[in-house]
Amino acid sequence: MRHIISILIENEAGALSRVAGLFSARGYNIESLTVAPTDDPTLSRMTLVTRGSEAIIEQITKQLNKLVDVVKLIDLTEGPHIEREMMLIKVKAVGDSRDEVKRLVEIFRGRIIDVTDTSYIIELTGDAKKLDAFINAARGAGIIETVRSGVSGIGRGEKGLRI
Amino acid sequence: METTGADIVIRSLHDEGVEHIFGYPGGAALHIYDALYAQEDVKHVLVRHEQGAVHAADGYARSTGKTGVALVTSGPGVTNTITGIATAYMDSIPMVIISGQVTSNLIGDDAFQEVDAVGISRPCVKHNFLVKDVKDLAMTIKKAFYIASTGRPGPVLVDIPKDVTAHRTEYTYPKTVSMRSYNPVVKGHSGQIKKAVELLLSAKRPMIYAGGGVIIDNASELLTAFVRLLGYPCTNTLMGLGGYPATDPLNVGMLGMHGTYEANMGMHDCDVLLSVGARFDDRVTGDVNKFCPHAKIIHIDIDPAQISKNIPCDVPIVGSVSTVLTEMIELIKASKTKPDKGAIKQWWDQIDEWRSLNCLKYETDDKLIKPQYVVEKLYELTGGDAFVTSDVGQHQMFAAQFYKFDQPRRWINSGGLGTMGFGLPAAMGVQLAHPDATVACVTGEGSIQMCIQELSTCKQYDLPIKIVNLNNRYLGMVRQWQEFFYESRYSHSYMDALPDFMKLAEAYGHVGMRIEKPGDVEGAIKEALKLKDRLVFMDFITDQNANVYPMIAAGKGHNEMELGPCAAVVDPDRELA
Ligand SMILES: Cc1ncc(C[n+]2csc(CCOP(=O)(O)OP(=O)(O)O)c2C)c(N)n1
Repeated sequence: MRHIISILIENEAGALSRVAGLFSARGYNIESLTVAPTDDPTLSRMTLVTRGSEAIIEQITKQLNKLVDVVKLIDLTEGPHIEREMMLIKVKAVGDSRDEVKRLVEIFRGRIIDVTDTSYIIELTGDAKKLDAFINAARGAGIIETVRSGVSGIGRGEKGLRI
Repeated sequence: METTGADIVIRSLHDEGVEHIFGYPGGAALHIYDALYAQEDVKHVLVRHEQGAVHAADGYARSTGKTGVALVTSGPGVTNTITGIATAYMDSIPMVIISGQVTSNLIGDDAFQEVDAVGISRPCVKHNFLVKDVKDLAMTIKKAFYIASTGRPGPVLVDIPKDVTAHRTEYTYPKTVSMRSYNPVVKGHSGQIKKAVELLLSAKRPMIYAGGGVIIDNASELLTAFVRLLGYPCTNTLMGLGGYPATDPLNVGMLGMHGTYEANMGMHDCDVLLSVGARFDDRVTGDVNKFCPHAKIIHIDIDPAQISKNIPCDVPIVGSVSTVLTEMIELIKASKTKPDKGAIKQWWDQIDEWRSLNCLKYETDDKLIKPQYVVEKLYELTGGDAFVTSDVGQHQMFAAQFYKFDQPRRWINSGGLGTMGFGLPAAMGVQLAHPDATVACVTGEGSIQMCIQELSTCKQYDLPIKIVNLNNRYLGMVRQWQEFFYESRYSHSYMDALPDFMKLAEAYGHVGMRIEKPGDVEGAIKEALKLKDRLVFMDFITDQNANVYPMIAAGKGHNEMELGPCAAVVDPDRELA
């Protein structure tokens, strides 16, 4: 099963490598990992997407909690939550396909943020599935490059992951 | 008044209550060594190799319960500590390692003797720090000791660039420390503890499986009281030996790969298993699919990550062994339900039947010295009261099987990492902490050579360790596996060209003995023990073909032990309760 784990971690040098090191040392897989400081600059927030059986996910959260720099964490997939990922994708745009790509962008509610005679850069936000779907749809036109931010997630409702 | 970072390091150690540290100097640590020179509060032991420093600090910690301290320089100084740090990490030993680092502005430049100490040690420390500002130094050291010694203990490395040890600031050692990201749980969940007690009291075939956590938490007396209150059988892991008195009739000996028949059969047949401060290591469980097939499992551990890691558990209790056992004892005493006397009696009858096979019995011989015999004699002649360190191999298992530890912190061995070379330097730390005690190092000719240089340290600091070298001219444990599982193809397990250990000991300024006949074993040990202020290296030339029995081979269950040729014959078809 795919799990999204949100981690509050001390914003210190090396904190990221402790998390990454834990995953490689114990053979857990990381599908994506995003990290940036929070409104409290002494804390960073990580969103980590991983896959594994219930037993493995339990181990992952326990092992993460054991890291001295980790302040708190939750498995977002245990409750209602929102996940978002941002993608910048550069697509060929020549002849007929210029209009086609534009229509596609409208359907997916993306934005064209850079235009040349032969290409568009499109900004698109959504959950991972939506971005995958766009990539598949744009293949016909010709993808030049894609950059994805990795998933960020947050729990629904008024409660938050804070100290 | 302002003082240097180097001075702050030493004063912090002193204020932390540290009396002895083990180390080896070098460029990046020279300011710290200069600060050591100027005082007498913190005593430094100069080892011969940084691995020895860490193992010595480790032995010191295991035998006292205090946090061990090692001090080394950057680069090769740090890389030499890694085996020792990993050894301490695997066995949850409280330790602080202070390493010099190149000057801050050179970090990242491949400077002379630069290595990323924090990076290279990360996977085998509980935590580590790079100190960037002298103002953070005292607090960082305080945190290091706090983290190392609380919760599930472990090694913490503090890496200090040379310039930080030269910079000056005001020194005050923090009295307390709290960290928002680190708050180990000590008290177990009351509801779970209640459930556990109910389950235990309903057991018909209970087993108590006690590990190193009992020793780390100084909970041996509590465990003993607890086990006696219930009258249930108790088995110890390799790390837990001495956690429950070995000579007590309720003790069924060690369990696992080379554990006793009664302990392992008891594990297999039990209906309620209580694990106390143990972690279901693969050397203990054998094949996990065949592990305790009939049992409900209760697991007490201070580290939540150990629970249900290898074996799913029915009643998890996260907390320190001592607080949880204290609560359990109270509940049991107050409970109207009592253990089922009839069922427990039947269970003991069964266990006694397993015991009667005498699974540790070995062939005796009047020409060849049997390694087991040497350990038995050592046990008798030291009155079971010695500290025994060991290395890794057959000798380690013989020591574990035949030296009956009635007290905690007496058996000092690398259980988790299985580090050859641990025994002698660990014995140095033990002897330094207990100057008047008998400290024996039971080792093999392979292992002892991995840190043999420390014989020199022993001379410098007058450490009268008794080395019991079970010399079988083989990497015996490797040879045993090759005999059993590789059709006796002894690939690179025979050691040719061994040194004359007697002369070697003498060259280092110690007493050497070579013992070749069974009849001389007792006399030699007696004589060595009489030499109270000398290190004695006893080189016992032992049977080359001795094997460690009983044994659970890889992939087998607890009920599939292979017994030695001397154990009473088991009828495979007999009816077991
Ligand atoms: C540093 C290290 N290298 C290799 C091993 C693998 N190993 C385990 S036991 C053993 C043989 C030990 O031989 P010896 O010290 O002579 O003891 P014996 O088994 O003969 O009693 C070896 C090589 C180890 N445990 N540690």
